Amino acid sequence: MSKTIFEHSVAGRKGVTLPRRELNTEVKDFFPSEYLRETAPRLPHVSELDVMRHYIKLSHRNHFIEKGLYPLGSCTMKYNPKSHEALVRHSCFNNIHPCQPESTLQGSLEILYELQQDLAEISGMHKVTLQPVAGAQGEFTGIKVIAAYHRAKGNHHKTKIIIPDSAHGTNPATCSLVGYDVVELKSDARGRCDMEHLKSIVDDSIAGFMLTNPNTLGLFEDQIEEIADIIHSVDGLIYMDGANLNALLGIVQPGKIGFDVMHFNLHKTFATPHGGGGPGSGPVGVVEKLAPYLPVPTIGHGEDGYFFDYGHAETSIGKVHTFHGNFAVLLRAYIYIKMLGAEGLKRVSENAVVNANYLMVLLKDHYHIQHTEHCMHEFVADSLWQKKEFGVTTLDIAKRLLDKGFHAPTVYFPLIVPEAMMIEPTETESKESLDAFAAAMIEIAQECRDNPELLHEAPLTTPVRRVDDVRAVKFLDVAFSPGE
Amino acid sequence: MVSHPETASLPPGKVPMIFAIDTNRPFKFIDKFRISDSYGEIMPYISNTEAERRQMLERIGAESFEELISAIPKHLRLQGLLKLEAPLSELEMTRRIQERTCGNVCAQKASSFLGAGVYDHFIPAAVDSIVSRPEFFTAYTPYQAEVSQGTLQFIYEYQTMICELTGMEVANASMYDGASAAAEAILMAVRKNGLKKAILPASLHPEYVKVIKSYTEGIGVELITCKAKAGVMDIDDLTAKMDARVGSVVIQTPNFWGNIEPLADLGKVVHSNPKALLIVAADPISLAILKAPGALGADIVVGEGQALGNSMYMGGPLFGFFATKLNMARSMPGRIVGGTLDKDGKRAYALTLQAREQHIRRAKATSNICSNESLCTLAATVYLSLMGSDGLAEVATQSTQLTHYMAQKIASVPGFSLAWPNAAFFKEFVVNCPVPASQVIADLLDHGIYAGVDLGTFGQDSRQLLIAVTEKKTVAEIDDYIETLRELNYE
Repeated sequence: MSKTIFEHSVAGRKGVTLPRRELNTEVKDFFPSEYLRETAPRLPHVSELDVMRHYIKLSHRNHFIEKGLYPLGSCTMKYNPKSHEALVRHSCFNNIHPCQPESTLQGSLEILYELQQDLAEISGMHKVTLQPVAGAQGEFTGIKVIAAYHRAKGNHHKTKIIIPDSAHGTNPATCSLVGYDVVELKSDARGRCDMEHLKSIVDDSIAGFMLTNPNTLGLFEDQIEEIADIIHSVDGLIYMDGANLNALLGIVQPGKIGFDVMHFNLHKTFATPHGGGGPGSGPVGVVEKLAPYLPVPTIGHGEDGYFFDYGHAETSIGKVHTFHGNFAVLLRAYIYIKMLGAEGLKRVSENAVVNANYLMVLLKDHYHIQHTEHCMHEFVADSLWQKKEFGVTTLDIAKRLLDKGFHAPTVYFPLIVPEAMMIEPTETESKESLDAFAAAMIEIAQECRDNPELLHEAPLTTPVRRVDDVRAVKFLDVAFSPGE
Repeated sequence: MVSHPETASLPPGKVPMIFAIDTNRPFKFIDKFRISDSYGEIMPYISNTEAERRQMLERIGAESFEELISAIPKHLRLQGLLKLEAPLSELEMTRRIQERTCGNVCAQKASSFLGAGVYDHFIPAAVDSIVSRPEFFTAYTPYQAEVSQGTLQFIYEYQTMICELTGMEVANASMYDGASAAAEAILMAVRKNGLKKAILPASLHPEYVKVIKSYTEGIGVELITCKAKAGVMDIDDLTAKMDARVGSVVIQTPNFWGNIEPLADLGKVVHSNPKALLIVAADPISLAILKAPGALGADIVVGEGQALGNSMYMGGPLFGFFATKLNMARSMPGRIVGGTLDKDGKRAYALTLQAREQHIRRAKATSNICSNESLCTLAATVYLSLMGSDGLAEVATQSTQLTHYMAQKIASVPGFSLAWPNAAFFKEFVVNCPVPASQVIADLLDHGIYAGVDLGTFGQDSRQLLIAVTEKKTVAEIDDYIETLRELNYE
């Protein structure tokens, strides 16, 4: 049982010192009394050591990259270099305000300008905005750009976006938010877009197509040129969900093979930390004809140095963030790209692909794998055999992995594979780390035979046992109250 | 850049990271770009050696890396390398960053009176000490609850603190920023009451208005502006515009200009339409001393949370808080953590009400948000724990004292006057200048002072300056600002 911070509270304790007041005015001098709070908010009264002990204790209850392998498919849980952390904390980065005059921001603007250029080169796109602060906000920005293009062309009849059934949930959710209807495209026996189905659903009402490449099965969508021809023939645009870009660095430039717009997940591909859920960053790159619609400002460069460029404000979709995006995250990605260069980035993808294929080969005799051709940076196994023979589910296997010191893969996704386990080891894992993970998976496969009950009971060694999330919904408890 | 002669400087056991093992050398350009002798310059954070990779390819049964990517048609592949700068070592990168930071003038080098949504409040060192723990910052979203209790519990504590400050009953784990939180609140109101008309006040942050427009136009929300009067919302204009089709009204308090809106009175007007939801965008620091919006009729309370323990970082990351009443929890966007039990009956935490979210509901989700600003909320949670209610009230009080001291002083400088002398303001206020605000800003910058924000840059009056004062300012700094202004002698 871990107490909440509120239960450590002792009236009178303080965790911080503030300067002595220089002025003897009082709050009631400045506000009508009916504006003032009568009772203080119940925040804890704790010492600095109380706070440190409490949150360090909580930290011990987390899995994290430095502790062990994190094979979450499509999440790209690679190592987050420590030099980035040291460099971003420079006081001339964390103490700068977004409304400072441009002349006092030249260092930051130069970095952002270079990052725009580098991401454009990596993606083969014409222009990049750094404003979106998450992958899903990048998707939102990209689909808004598509909508703005069609509005400008008078394509008012375009109301639908095609999304494969293997897509991330954010794709259809984004389309709804922008006001598009979603048409789901089936996957074929090869795990790619079903071209016959595609042809049957494409008509003049199609505004665009959202494709993850490599897709969530870890397979390269090798029919991309034909897909692009079909979609472009009705003046539709192709969006690439860049969640899986880690497979393509220096190998394929999406902007050169038919994609018109894409987002990057800097917190995946470019090694910025996930932070327990965020902050991330989701820059968007577009081909030349879509550049006028990107959010404002982008970062420009002229005779007087770097500046916030509002040049295309008239045609722009507007803004998606209060200021200029997640600067501290962009800065880490900048450092990553500059330290790796073209050769390093290419090696990232090469090693990500080798690691995934190696792991797939180690596991293929022990778990059912629907698509056994060489994968890109990830692959999808499932527990078909274990479920059928021993009544053990993917959830059981995932929980048992936690007992063995590994994080679980992404489970029950993609939706088109029953009992899916989507595994992405990333390039930063070593061979012995992959061997150890495979050994644990194989051991679990054996446990399914010998003692399926153990699997239903798992996990046994984690800070808490299997958590009852049905109860969490049924008896909603979303804030601490002192009576608890 | 120094190139290392062959492998002499490599540690034992390491071999150059030449990738191609095929005798045909599929990546001939690798030699051309001298990977083997530039090892020391590249840090790809890859552990495996060439020998290990060779073993792995053997086990895979592939002759070469190229065979693994045979699904990618050859003509779609990039020929040669990306055109990027040659890689920098960590030391070179450190020098580069030093160079770049010299191009910035930060709030430590200049005395800053900038606000407009991002504030320079004091951050105790213990905050970064916790936030920089890899246990928190390299962890993923806490979907596997059994190995994510640390993250889940702090989010639960964060939610509790936000509820305490706002007077609400349920908060989510964060939105991207205050602006997108306000936008999502309007979308939630549409889900609740089906009314696609929202009122935004002229006193709302102009960038919030832009983001709200981006987020709400797709589903066809009509945005109406309520005029301002004396620096706050014009209650008569609000009354005139409140009709049965209005589904939500956003009220920011303190508003963009720093003034406290008469929330109780405005709330009554909003609720004259019983279906309409009152969305309040609040400054979390102000809530230590000002009445919680929940006690004044708010249905949803959102706001920018950066001021709670997060550095400014040129405006990102920020984080939006989002709180409402329990009976609307199922319509909320974003992640929510709930307390529950584990299999042994022990207290535990888990993500809850996930059926609202995109990974389950897809096109019918309450929002498309996935990644949020979790680590920023950890900073806020640690900050609020350290501050406690007394500390936070002291921050709010000192900010108010110094702001009002500053306002009084600047109003005494010839040519300068407060835009709304009778308004109640918190840590920010608007001053009329005798010259364009941009000139004041440029002149004071020469003296190492960021004078404030030119409202002209937000499409408002370019002779008005928005000045923010936090507890980090001293009376001496304010006096220096005023003295400099007097010496400039604009009149």
